[in-house]
Amino acid sequence: MTLPRTPSQTIGPFLTIGLPWPDGPFVVAEGTPGAVWIRGAVLDGNGEPVPDGLVETWQADPDGRFDHPDDPRGAVPGFRGFGRCPTEPDGTYAIHTMKPGCVPSPDGSPQAPHVDVTVFARGLLKHLVTRIYFPDEDEANAADPVLGSVTDPGNRATLVAQRADDGYRFDIRLQGEGETVFFDV
Amino acid sequence: MSEASRAGYRRDDQPVDPPYLYPEYVGTRMRAPRRPLVPLPQSLTELTGPLLGEGRVGDLDHDLTRQHDGEPLGQRITVSGRVLDGDGRPVRNTLIEVWQANAGGRYRHDRDRHPAPLDPNFSGAGRCLTDDDGRYRFVTIKPGAYPWPNHDNAWRPAHVHFSLFGRAFPQRLITQMYFPDDPLFDRDPIFNSIPDPDARRRLISTFDPVLTQPEWALAFTWDIVLRGRDATPMDDRDDDA
Repeated sequence: MTLPRTPSQTIGPFLTIGLPWPDGPFVVAEGTPGAVWIRGAVLDGNGEPVPDGLVETWQADPDGRFDHPDDPRGAVPGFRGFGRCPTEPDGTYAIHTMKPGCVPSPDGSPQAPHVDVTVFARGLLKHLVTRIYFPDEDEANAADPVLGSVTDPGNRATLVAQRADDGYRFDIRLQGEGETVFFDV
Repeated sequence: MSEASRAGYRRDDQPVDPPYLYPEYVGTRMRAPRRPLVPLPQSLTELTGPLLGEGRVGDLDHDLTRQHDGEPLGQRITVSGRVLDGDGRPVRNTLIEVWQANAGGRYRHDRDRHPAPLDPNFSGAGRCLTDDDGRYRFVTIKPGAYPWPNHDNAWRPAHVHFSLFGRAFPQRLITQMYFPDDPLFDRDPIFNSIPDPDARRRLISTFDPVLTQPEWALAFTWDIVLRGRDATPMDDRDDDA
């Protein structure tokens, strides 16, 4: 049996009524050794902040494992892997997490450490998906098949976070100059 | 681990979702990406996803009419249905989050300037987990239509926002459920941004006279279908289900 899928609609401007969780930004609790902040801003085609968006993250644990039954290597309980943060009036978000380990590609070759990111906002009729890669993984990034599929160096650079004092910085530009690479999953 | 669980989540043959740029919905103009999406092969990061909800849902969270001392004003309704994947399998134990305007069409939100009254007995947010058959049920009041600044005399058809996770990252869905026979459908660019009229209609709930409870609440039903799996050489979906 094949059923037709339910279409997407925009999250709209009033998502904070229902979606923020008090622990949403905390993939791991404050004080967790080795934890980092991933901070950034969501910007529109004019470079203006998007103050009514929602950023979600999904990632492996520091060993590259997931707490999920469909991981054929077995589920590893304990790491939530998920972060959720509504954007502030200045468009910023922040996620407190651990840097992920390597996760294999569909063909078994290693991928560089990455975080999958979902962006929702008024004006987005469907969410956008991008990935955060890490600036301290030059060798792994150079061999990563997904980064390698983005041939333009400027576009590829939009997928790599920048170092910051307490972790990393990753801005998301929805449109125009410096537009972030978005994926069809 | 079965082959089925390693199969990817299939892509649509025909467009189901709206395009990112739909100029009639003004908000898309400066937010829609201009470059085409890059295909992302589904690795384990995409074949997994957050399985959250246990411990996040209180006993009354599905009932938006019992979150305050008094009952909210408006037409009391139930909204129920099933969450399935594109292969007809129930999506079990998955978190559904909803939010909506009150009966007067006003959201409890600082940026909602519609001059309709707030209801002290209505916050407008709820959540629940699907059961083993993928079933969910909310008790709420029917939201009102409300004006928005998209174009001259623009009004949104009444709707409830739904957020679902499904089992894996590609099944994530945020959408809106509408009510039957809304006179505003033809004028709403958000609803009409969905290119296929059949797909559009899949967002409209059905009035259910059987589930309607005498002297208490009208019932609307709405099933939600998330992405299905790619076919696998050894189809063991019975095992997986």
